[in-house]
Amino acid sequence: MTRRPSPGPRMRPRDLAGEALAGLLARPARVALTVLGTVIGVGALVATLGLSKTAANQIVGHFDALAATDIVVSPSARAGGAGAAVLPWDAEARLLRLNGVAAAGTLSDVDVRGALARSVPINDPLAAGAIQLPMKAASPGLFRAVRAQLATGRLFDAGHSRRADRVLVLGPNAARRLGIARVDQQPAIFVGDRLYAVIGLLAGVRRQAALLGAAIMPEGTARREFGLRAPAFAQVETRIGAVDLIARQAPLALSPSDPGLLKVAAPPDPRQLRGAVKNDLNALFLLLGGVSLLVGAIGIANVTLVSVLERVGEIGLRRALGAGRRHIAAQFLLESTAMGLAGGLIGASLGTLVIVGVSATKTWTPVLDPWVPLGAPALGALIGLASGTYPSLRAASLEPVEALRAGT
Amino acid sequence: MEVAMDAFDVRWPEGPPDAAAVIELRSVGRTFGADPPVVALREVNLHLTHGTSLAIVGPSGSGKSTLLNIVGCLDRPTSGTYLFDRIDVGALTDDQRAALRAEGIGFVFQTFNLLAHRTVLENVMLAEVYRGRSIEGRAERALESLRRVGMTHRADFLPTRLSGGEQQRVAIARALMGEPSVLLCDEPTGNLDSVNTESVLSLFDELGAAGLTLVIVTHEEPVARRARRRVRITDGRLTEEDQP
Repeated sequence: MTRRPSPGPRMRPRDLAGEALAGLLARPARVALTVLGTVIGVGALVATLGLSKTAANQIVGHFDALAATDIVVSPSARAGGAGAAVLPWDAEARLLRLNGVAAAGTLSDVDVRGALARSVPINDPLAAGAIQLPMKAASPGLFRAVRAQLATGRLFDAGHSRRADRVLVLGPNAARRLGIARVDQQPAIFVGDRLYAVIGLLAGVRRQAALLGAAIMPEGTARREFGLRAPAFAQVETRIGAVDLIARQAPLALSPSDPGLLKVAAPPDPRQLRGAVKNDLNALFLLLGGVSLLVGAIGIANVTLVSVLERVGEIGLRRALGAGRRHIAAQFLLESTAMGLAGGLIGASLGTLVIVGVSATKTWTPVLDPWVPLGAPALGALIGLASGTYPSLRAASLEPVEALRAGT
Repeated sequence: MEVAMDAFDVRWPEGPPDAAAVIELRSVGRTFGADPPVVALREVNLHLTHGTSLAIVGPSGSGKSTLLNIVGCLDRPTSGTYLFDRIDVGALTDDQRAALRAEGIGFVFQTFNLLAHRTVLENVMLAEVYRGRSIEGRAERALESLRRVGMTHRADFLPTRLSGGEQQRVAIARALMGEPSVLLCDEPTGNLDSVNTESVLSLFDELGAAGLTLVIVTHEEPVARRARRRVRITDGRLTEEDQP
């Protein structure tokens, strides 16, 4: 009578984990250097994903409501360019009728035919004499559309334009050049031989910076006094999110018979902008992160393979003590996976710190998808697992007799 | 130790296995390679009962280690039948042979084969890792094994701090952990000086007297003479030597 043997050797998971850990701790310096490759790879990957998202978020933050609601409508090239008389005189009213327009106005350069401007009544021989002053003509609603801030006095209104009153509003730079700082004494300036009352001084504008150095008169005045043929362009401020709609509707409202005579300058979609920035950053840094990860994976594979070759005697001993092939493979696989996991954990932590550090120095708000730091260690472990597969199989394929002989 | 195995019946053309035999080789041969084939063992017959100490002697390259590897289930014979504790080893899978080694066979090597970065106690405990036994009480069992070889005072040492004789004692303690049916020793005193050799042989004497089955491969006649039974291998053929 013979006896039936056990189906195979048994090893408890706790023993397997303990042996793998002991195997790693036996060569701490080498393991640390091996893990470094994965740390760099995973760290670069996490930092890339976080920084690109943070930067893109920052760009969108800068791309604020002012820029995102700004539309300028002007004659298209087909209409003859900037000087073409396409925009109607009631452009402001037409635009304000569109649902989604917060403010609108028209603006034109006024050709004063070389007339110089000088302030009166004081004729100060020491002061600068007559100066060349840019003259603009605006509809009353323009000041709101460009978010003009009044320093003193008042702005002209539809009545001034309708009556073609000789009134001006000065930009802060123009006022400084003319030596006018207040309007309570009813200052006036000559433009050529025509006298204009200065009724208001601007402190600043958020759009159309050219207004800062200009004298602005009502459109009606420019039309009568200087023969302005039509507004040069329309400045529109839309409500948030309405910019696309108004950009499509404005040409139809202003030139129903041929909208193609007008062109619309609208801001790019911030979502597309963010996507483009993110994609650019991601493509670059993900490539770097990927290369680092590949180098890390090769490092783990190489070190695990070297470790197998160095530990042939140990493998032979373990086989003699009853280890099955699967136990040998499992131990080396667990060691390489643990190295990858450790690299992933440290890399994810460092990557997150980099994001926080860069954001802190730039006073940005760090933004990171939660799955990135959580998934990064798993990615590291996966890399360790994949890298350790070949060396583990090679270790498991060693015959115990050969391993014992080679290891002595 | 009785190997924990279930029983089943098989008819043997060469006759039933001897119930008293722990090792039974019937016309075992081992040939390496094919071009040209190298015959390491020829028609080896060996019958070893429980509690026997056997020395296998012979010159280098005679086939001693090959025979020990087959007896230790580390290698397979190319012909013949090998029964270990009434189990037909030739019919076993790789995993089953590994289980047999884990549960029934202890090895002592010429080069000790201790893990340098593990303490003496951890090296001894390693013997139980592949038996699936609970970790509870493992350290105590390892210490008991170390006590048998007189090495408890070195339990926390790294092997590199021990003398050759001490390292071999630790290796013997590891082999004894779990009480194997057979202790197989491959040139156990080959790396030891005379003092340490005597120390290890005295230990073998004690283990043999306690009923442990010992198989010692050696090319040293004084070592072989300590065994109760001696066989000689010459060119792969096994011959019984005169008993003392």
